[in-house]
Amino acid sequence: MIHLSASEMAAKLVAGETTSVALTQAHLDRIAAVDTDVHAFLFVDTEGALEQARAVDAKRAAGEKLSPLAGLPLALKDVMVQKGVPTTAGSKILEGWRPPYDSTVVSNLKRNDIVILGKTNMDEFAMGSSTENSAYGPTHNPWDLTRIPGGSGGGSSAALAAFEAPLAIGTDTGGSIRQPAAVTGTVGVKPTYGGVSRFGLIAFSSSLDQAGPCARTVLDAALLHEAIAGHDPKDSTSINAPVPAVVKAAKSGDVKGMKIGVVKELNGDGYQSGVRTRFDESLELLAAAGAEIVEVSAPNFEYALAAYYLIAPSECSSNLARFDAMRYGLRVGDVDGASAESVMNLTREVGFGREVKRRIILGTYALSSGYYDAYYGSAQKVRTLITQDFNKAFEKCDVMVSPTCPTTAFKIGEKSDDPIAMYLNDIATIPVNLAGIGGMSLPSGLAPEDGLPVGFQIMAPAMADERMYLVGAALEAALLTKWGAPLLSLAPELVVK
Amino acid sequence: MSSLSRDDVANLARLARIEMSEEELVSLANEFTVILDAVARVQEVAGADVELTSHPLALRNVFRPDVVVPSLTPDEALSGAPAQEESRFRVPQILGEEA
Repeated sequence: MIHLSASEMAAKLVAGETTSVALTQAHLDRIAAVDTDVHAFLFVDTEGALEQARAVDAKRAAGEKLSPLAGLPLALKDVMVQKGVPTTAGSKILEGWRPPYDSTVVSNLKRNDIVILGKTNMDEFAMGSSTENSAYGPTHNPWDLTRIPGGSGGGSSAALAAFEAPLAIGTDTGGSIRQPAAVTGTVGVKPTYGGVSRFGLIAFSSSLDQAGPCARTVLDAALLHEAIAGHDPKDSTSINAPVPAVVKAAKSGDVKGMKIGVVKELNGDGYQSGVRTRFDESLELLAAAGAEIVEVSAPNFEYALAAYYLIAPSECSSNLARFDAMRYGLRVGDVDGASAESVMNLTREVGFGREVKRRIILGTYALSSGYYDAYYGSAQKVRTLITQDFNKAFEKCDVMVSPTCPTTAFKIGEKSDDPIAMYLNDIATIPVNLAGIGGMSLPSGLAPEDGLPVGFQIMAPAMADERMYLVGAALEAALLTKWGAPLLSLAPELVVK
Repeated sequence: MSSLSRDDVANLARLARIEMSEEELVSLANEFTVILDAVARVQEVAGADVELTSHPLALRNVFRPDVVVPSLTPDEALSGAPAQEESRFRVPQILGEEA
């Protein structure tokens, strides 16, 4: 049962062949059996999940009209606040905190009767590409437990790949949904900026952060996308327009006549050979499905990484000022006569990890008087140039494509001492965030040299998210025909405890 | 080539309200030499004629109706407080002794 897609599970619920309680319990059992090794979850809400499951079963029994995903279990990235449930964002500074309110994404999940199993591990405050920056220890990739599951949303992607949940929520600031999806053989979508509300998403870089769906199939991602998206008056950057018809697109998968632009700059040197092999094969399959493959150029993408590592730290240095030990979270050094300032200093020393401190200091520097124009100002100009590159390229094509990441999953510990090597993971995913457009990653097979999953990235213009689902569904169908079974059926069996 | 000294990092840490050990100050200063070189590349293409983009959406003055909606109760708002007193957040001393 747990190996089915969310849509297949939903069909069984509708047919009365199973119940939400049974489905939820099956996933809780799976978590109990494998999560000691995978460590996808920071908190499992056994009682809350079963209570939600019982409620939706009762609604179904009473003949109420339910949403397509009603009764299905989901894993929630720990950056998203949920009322009464411990929420840490992977940081010691929030250890033990129980938020007094729901994020809009959580409200939308509850409105759709989606059962929240628990909170998933992540790099502290979503800063990282491996989950090694979690204050609670790393998550392990179900394909090879010695390797990273991607980051920052490695807990969500690993939960999907380990069949601990059929659906998950991620957030993507520079690739934190798409890169984990790529290295775990799952599907992850970063919607257009503003497509999903940020209310209750613990902010890292507000002009880049975007929540989105994670799943094992393109259709499942589309169903979850429609469940969480839409205008929210509580987020002034939320787009007040109809949600793109992503489910319709995922069901159609018709790419005849579509122009698919291969980004010249996101390929070649620095990309692992097996990543390139799988990418080229996917292009052939899309061409065979009736799409036209064209080459497009984005000359300023080579500056995207540098711009990102100025903009994101600058915004985080401001956003993380809220962790001041006064109103919630950790407080250290509050002895008689201690000043508020010394309590803040000591709390932030103990509460923040190494990477978070590194980025706060970098952002404080980039925003400081005398350096502002040279660093933050220049980065904002690069952002304009990258948006212009996208606009020009989209005159020649309907979507743009690239490998999601330059390599397959690396070993835990391999890059943790080299920030620049770690940052290079995000080279193909960051341009999408800077321009605020949509990006999807779906599995394109295994790299022949190491047998690990490779991701295929699809980028679409702002508010044309349905195009990613059209192309994603077409490629997924062609690959499934070629493989004969979903890619995850090739993943090694986890040891059940 | 850009670089930051140990004292520069100490000043930034003070501004950011993070206590740092001597070892941390020195190692961050060393790392910043490499990181600043990498990010300074933005200056290569940031000509005077290029507009700034601070945000992907060109939104301005977003309003919602000025109506009263339910919000957190005082107890809920205080539920995560490290210390509280008389329905207020209790914080350490914020002014000097002489005040």
